[in-house]
Amino acid sequence: MIFDPPILALLLAAAVSAVVAIAAALFAVRVLRHWDIRSGSALQIRLERRTYLVTTALKIVMVMQMAALALFVHNADRMAILFTGAMCALGTLNVNQWGMPAFLVQIGVFLTSAVWLLLNRADEMGRDYPFTRAKYAFLLLFAPLVVASAILQWLYFLNLDPNVITSCCSKLFTPEGSGLQADLSAMDPKLALIILFSGAGLLAALALFSSAGRWLHVMLGILGGLYFMLAIAAIISAIAPYIYETPNHHCPFCLLKPQYGFIGYLLYLPLFAATALMLGSGLLAALGAPKSLQQRLPAYQKRLNWSAAVLYLAFAGIALYTILRSHLILIG
Amino acid sequence: MRRWLSRQAHLIDFTLGALLRRKGRNLMMLAVYTLIIFMLASVTFLGSALRFEAKAALNYAPEVTVQNLIMGRHALSPPDWVKKLSRIRGARNIHGRLWGYFYDQAVGANYTLMVPPPRARDLAVNLGEVIIGHAIADLRKVRQGGYLFLLSPSGKLFKLKVIRILPEDSALLSADLVLISETDYRAFFNLTPEDGYTDIALTVRNSNEIPTVVNKITRILPTARVITREDILRTYENVFSWREGIVLAMLATALVAFAIFAFDKASGLSAEERREIGILKAVGWETSDVIAMKLWEGGLISAFAFIFGAAAAYAHVFLFDASLLAPVLKGWAVLYPDFSLTPVVDRLQLITLAFITIIPFTIATLVPVWKAAITDPDIVMR
Repeated sequence: MIFDPPILALLLAAAVSAVVAIAAALFAVRVLRHWDIRSGSALQIRLERRTYLVTTALKIVMVMQMAALALFVHNADRMAILFTGAMCALGTLNVNQWGMPAFLVQIGVFLTSAVWLLLNRADEMGRDYPFTRAKYAFLLLFAPLVVASAILQWLYFLNLDPNVITSCCSKLFTPEGSGLQADLSAMDPKLALIILFSGAGLLAALALFSSAGRWLHVMLGILGGLYFMLAIAAIISAIAPYIYETPNHHCPFCLLKPQYGFIGYLLYLPLFAATALMLGSGLLAALGAPKSLQQRLPAYQKRLNWSAAVLYLAFAGIALYTILRSHLILIG
Repeated sequence: MRRWLSRQAHLIDFTLGALLRRKGRNLMMLAVYTLIIFMLASVTFLGSALRFEAKAALNYAPEVTVQNLIMGRHALSPPDWVKKLSRIRGARNIHGRLWGYFYDQAVGANYTLMVPPPRARDLAVNLGEVIIGHAIADLRKVRQGGYLFLLSPSGKLFKLKVIRILPEDSALLSADLVLISETDYRAFFNLTPEDGYTDIALTVRNSNEIPTVVNKITRILPTARVITREDILRTYENVFSWREGIVLAMLATALVAFAIFAFDKASGLSAEERREIGILKAVGWETSDVIAMKLWEGGLISAFAFIFGAAAAYAHVFLFDASLLAPVLKGWAVLYPDFSLTPVVDRLQLITLAFITIIPFTIATLVPVWKAAITDPDIVMR
């Protein structure tokens, strides 16, 4: 299975990312120990020069990893026809025990990449690179994630056995079954929709007026992360049945199929982007504005929050559109 | 945001100017890069076009085919199997099929002889009549209304009236096809009705029931091999993906060579370029600006190479029928159908292609770009 072109592309991306991430993490340790922007020592100048290389390489890797998530899911969906029992990406991911972890870690890599890029952008605004230490400390969290993702993907793709009979999404996502997927499907759709819409509205409103205080801002980042999980649960329990127009099909992966007009990408993209913005903005608030960025940082955060608010509303709008368009009556 | 955009626009403008100033070197880089993308893109386009053709062809295949196995080899299915299978609920249109291969010594080609299925009314043939694929018509130089002479394996001569020649657009399936009536077929191969059929085809109305029907068949006919359309589809998908992947993996050596070439080109800065970077830094450019400019340089070359390479590959595969690659991916035969591929290119392929080509190039040029960007202005301008 490993000689499938998209798999080759993903493995190449994973290997390159892992190498860059390890090198960057080693450099991060040196930065954390020796970085001193006021010093003019030869070591400091070497470090400063090297940060350009590391930052550029990381930017490339992170953008690549974000694209890799889309490629990973799209490819899993396409490969479903190769496995007996699989109807969508979920079936392909369940062919062996590495598929689902590889996917979840890839989502983690996506979100941390986005947050790091936002942090890096703020860092580059200041003349004295105020967030350099925070940035490189964050890398020590990012690098293991990337390496884990690379290892999981290699294990997953190497062990793809076409003779395995996998489970279809309609079996895993049933309220009557057991396990996490079944519990998510069994969530009351009315409650799910209330959480989805009021949550999006509340977060958008808070994001617009969050300049009020630093700790409110930090809390908003945490809420953004929480809402991400709740929104996925709400999609599984209520939005998915509306889109399929059957109360029994809850799969969050079939949404990405062409026969549903790729509506899934429209739905997930704003949610993922808004979550990343919220997390990044919350992290910046937690770090606090350094002296060199007293003016520019709040303006930057405001931009992030506005974008997040717009994306949350877009997400809610698309969810509402799928409900209005549907012929299914779930709550009557 | 607007500031950022206008900054990038100016960087692109400057970069394009710089690229044009060193025309020869950059054009060579572009040519090599385009060639690499052309080769890789040809492989992936052809692979997916073949998968698409196979899928389209199988649209009309029966959902389930039952074959008899004797000593692990394919054998004729006894005639009473049809009756046994018709007892299965959910199975429909059960009919025995007669088809086989015939080597025509006169022209040295293999034909597929077949009795048209009862449901295909427009392909019905009577005793003494034949419908042939257009490749056979060309090879044997017969026209509609003419006669096709075939020498059977047992030495009997058959004179068959050609009532129709199958059109070229279905050539992938029908180029080597000879359709004759059941009586002619049995006489040609010396088969009696008791010998049975080549295999038995059936359709299943509800596709969700296919596994159940397959289970029932294996219970009623334990010696039978049951093949579903899904199985065939999966095999095709696997075979073509695998061949495509193997060719790509072989081209990986070319890719590595290209990455080394790009690395080399990017590290060997001319004195003039060095001075240019020195002047830029002296007039106030920052290291990050120089890196951005150099990355734009690589990005623009990548973009042009990608567009040119992919377009050339598209023309190669869909206009010239992939003449350079076809034998590897398609397979070969004397009476090979000469078909045009339906132009299909999907996003997944293009993204895959971009991943495989642009990542190695960008990574290979990164370190040289950085090395160039951190040089101090006074060192170069002294």
